[in-house]
Formats: sequence, C-alpha cells, structure tokens
Amino acid sequence: MIKDTVKQALRDLFPEPEPVVEAPAVEAAEGEEEKKPAKKKEGPRVNGVIERNHAEHGYDIDVQCDPGELLAVVMILDKAGFFLESITGVDWIKENQLESVYDFSRYDFDTCRVVIRTRTSRSEPKIPTISKIYPGAGWHERETHDFFGIKFDGHPHLVPLLLPEDADFHPLLKDFKP
Amino acid sequence: MSGPIHIRPDETFTLNVGPQHPATHGVLRVKMEMDGEYIVKAETVLGYIHRMHELMGENRTYPQVLPNLSRLDYLGALGYTHGHVLAVERAAGIEVPERAEYIRAITVELNRIASHLFWFGAFVMDLGGFTPLMYAIEDREYILDMLEAVTGSRLTYCYYRFGGLYNDVDDDFIAAAKAFIPRMRKSLKKYDALVTGNIIFRKRLEDIGPISAEMCRKYGATGPVARGAGIDFDVRKNEPYSVYPEFDFDVPVYHECDSLARYKVRMDEMEQSLRIVEQGLEKLPDGPIMPKKAPKLIKPPAGDYYQAVETARGSFGIRIVSDGTKNAYRFKLRSPTYSNMSLFDEACEGMMIMDALAMMGSLDLVIPEIDR
Repeated sequence: MIKDTVKQALRDLFPEPEPVVEAPAVEAAEGEEEKKPAKKKEGPRVNGVIERNHAEHGYDIDVQCDPGELLAVVMILDKAGFFLESITGVDWIKENQLESVYDFSRYDFDTCRVVIRTRTSRSEPKIPTISKIYPGAGWHERETHDFFGIKFDGHPHLVPLLLPEDADFHPLLKDFKP
Repeated sequence: MSGPIHIRPDETFTLNVGPQHPATHGVLRVKMEMDGEYIVKAETVLGYIHRMHELMGENRTYPQVLPNLSRLDYLGALGYTHGHVLAVERAAGIEVPERAEYIRAITVELNRIASHLFWFGAFVMDLGGFTPLMYAIEDREYILDMLEAVTGSRLTYCYYRFGGLYNDVDDDFIAAAKAFIPRMRKSLKKYDALVTGNIIFRKRLEDIGPISAEMCRKYGATGPVARGAGIDFDVRKNEPYSVYPEFDFDVPVYHECDSLARYKVRMDEMEQSLRIVEQGLEKLPDGPIMPKKAPKLIKPPAGDYYQAVETARGSFGIRIVSDGTKNAYRFKLRSPTYSNMSLFDEACEGMMIMDALAMMGSLDLVIPEIDR
C-alpha cells in the first residue's frame, strides 16, 4: 500500500508525535498521531501528519509543515511517483496567516491523495517554490501569487498569469475591496 | 528596394499567436520566439477571459454558484456541474437517490460525446479538413437537442441540484437516447473510415508532438493527454464516484505519446461512453430524483473537502473550505486543461510551428476553463 509507504517516509520527517492527551487510551494511534484530539482542540493545528477518511474529505493524508520543510515533503512525494494536482491558497485573516495548499495524487489504482499545507505570515508571505521539482507548479504558483500575494522564493518567472500584467491587487484576500 | 535583406543565421524573431487566432480556439496568446519555422522558446499568456469564478464562489451561497460551473467549459459543462454537486454533497452529507445518480451519469456521458465530437471536428479542421466538422456537428446537434429537452439549455446547463436533479427524464428522452446509440456507432465507423487512415492526417500527427508519461506527471496532465502517453488513469476508475463502479467500460490507453495517440484515445472514449449510456438506460431504476428531505439552506460543517471527477478534458477538482456558514470560505477550481496546457511551453520547443499547432489542437483546449 502506497499510503503506508508515504506515511512511513513522512514519519521520518516528523519524528515526534504530538503529545496527545486522549490518544494513549485509544488503540494504537501509530499512523494517526493526532487524529481526533487535535480536531477538538480549538487551538491552531500543529505540524504533522493526519490520516483522513477519503469518503468524508476526498483525500487520504493531510500534512502540515513549515515552509522550510516543504521541499523535503515534496521530494518524498516526487520519489513515490505522485503528480501535482494543484496549488492554491487560503487566507486565514483571523489568525493573520496565509496558507498554501498543495494537492498531490497518483496515476494508480492504489488511490492516495495527499494534501500539504504550509502557513506563512500575512504581512510578509514567503514560501519556497517547488517548481524546480515539479515544473508544472510554475503556473499554479503564479496563480496563487496573483490571488493571494504569496511570494514563491526562487520562482523563475513570478509575474501575473491570470490577472492583468500590471495588477497590484490580490482579489482572494479577505480584506480585498474592489 | 535596395538589394536583398540580410538576415544573420542566428537571428530569431518573435511571433504572436493569438490572442485572436483561429488556431487557438479562443483568446489564448502564445509568444513564440522563432528561428525560421522552428520554435526556439514559447511563452503562453493567459487571462484574457479571466472572470474570477473562485471569488464568486465565496461571495454567493452554494446554490447561487450552481450556474457558474457550466460557464467554465462550454463544451462539456455537465461534467463540471457534476463535480460541484458531488463536492457539496460530500461536504454537507447529502444523500442522492439512485435514479438521480444514473441520470447524471447518462447525461454526463452524452455530454462527453458531444464535447469529443466538437473537438474531433475542430481538430480535423485545424489540420485542413473541413468536411468532418459538418458530420460531427450534426451528431452533436442530436445530443444537444436531447439534453435541451431535459435540462432546458443547450450548453450552459444548470441541471443538477444538491441531492438530485431539477427535472426527471421523460420517455421521449429515453427513446431518443436509445435511438442515438446505434446511430452514433455507425457515425464512429464513418469517422474512422473518413479520417483515421487519411495519409495527410497521419503525416501531420504520427510521431509528432511527443508528450511523455514523465512529462505528464511533472505537469499534472490528466485525461486523454495522459492516456495518450500510456498512463492508465481515469478518475472514474481510479477513484470511483457516483454510480460508475456499476458500469462495465474500458479506459482506452495508447502508448505512442504522439498527437495521433491522443486522437485515438478520444475516438475510443466515445464508444466507451456509449456503452455507459447503454447500460445506464438499461439499469435505470425507478424512484424519486430528489431526496425526501433535501436541505433548503446548505451549511456544510467547517472543514476542507475535495472532489475530483473525470470530465471530457481530464481530472477536474473542486476544493471547498467551509467555515460552517452558507457561503464557502474558499472555493478552488482545479481545471484539467490548465495543467494540460502548462506543459505546452516545454513540449513545443524545437518543433515546427505547424506541428506545434497540431499538438495544441490535440490537447483539446477550452480557454474559459483555463482562465476561469
């Protein structure tokens, strides 16, 4: 199962499972380090791997990491033969953060969808580019830059793609006023 | 004129293909650096009909966004609306009656055939053959008339509802669809005899426009482009949704990686869609088309939901980030041609311009769907 392989590889990257309070009582929380408890906690999500129910959410593995760890996670997926489905952003204005979301999937019957999330500050949003690993990310990152103003560090050609070439606004930010 | 014009052998010039160019089928612009007839470098320029459907998805309630989805891809709109209703049904946990799912599958497949037919005609026309377009449009017209009678519109359908359908199919539709299947099978044979073996057609496509499997993976290409590169990937099979597991159909895969392989995939896909329609009509159960308790106000619980469907052009994905209100917090549309087109810049390097345009045709572009 590719799901287990990927989970194992990711666990090497995030070695310490979060100190989950209720988890020890439940049966082996091995692959699901912080499944339910983290959801119930109202605080911000901590970095790590969560296994999701595909029928409920539409994807299997949900990874949150720091922008600095992003390339390492993407390289694991590249090695496992994933293709890049899309990149997008979410503006969490209440937490003063911008989130970049990466969708990966495989050309395989062993379905495994992986979502990577990484958050950056709203005032100076900066995330390393993955276009060196996946050239297809070039357009997706340009689009995310258009809509959210996230700067992708090292992107070879970060100019507006869908917006006009002189656009200096980011329409999907929650405080955007047309 | 005073003497011949001298051009340095290493001199290149810039050529603008589009934004108003018949070969691009819409307002797409490709800035090409040319060395004679050969492309040195290409840069695609997008955004001429960008409408920001994603922001509209955040500003409107879920039902209000329904008509937006069919404005993405005007040739195969039902596939996109299908993705949208499935995503919201997944997020809000709405059950769909079986009959509604079957009718969705039948209409989506008919729409897929219509989309492929139009692509077939336009593609051959790009290569200089005008007649097949007329045949293809005639068959497509039959489908559009059928769908119009049920859905109320010819191209920009708003037929599906969260939980079911707007309108049940009648006996006329079923009779028309049953009559259409043998007619279309005959037409497919005709197209094959008319076009596939044509020597000019083959010379323009065979071994030209290579898109390898690895390139597909790096750029995230899906649909017939990936299947023409030998990748056995179809969301209907790989990540089954709706009632597709009930149907017996094959996924055509060709390993040649050239423009002709992509042509063959689409032609074979029409036959497979016919098989699905045929089985769907046979199995179509009786019953309601909307659940008894369809929620009027849709407020999915807070969370992040993704749904992928196989449209005529490839894997279309919808991400809904809900904050528990009646509007989506984030509404992301992952359109297949966007990824399929993104590999064009790299793939066409070093090609002759006419071959590159033939390859562009084989990608099956619909520009409003790239620009969204």
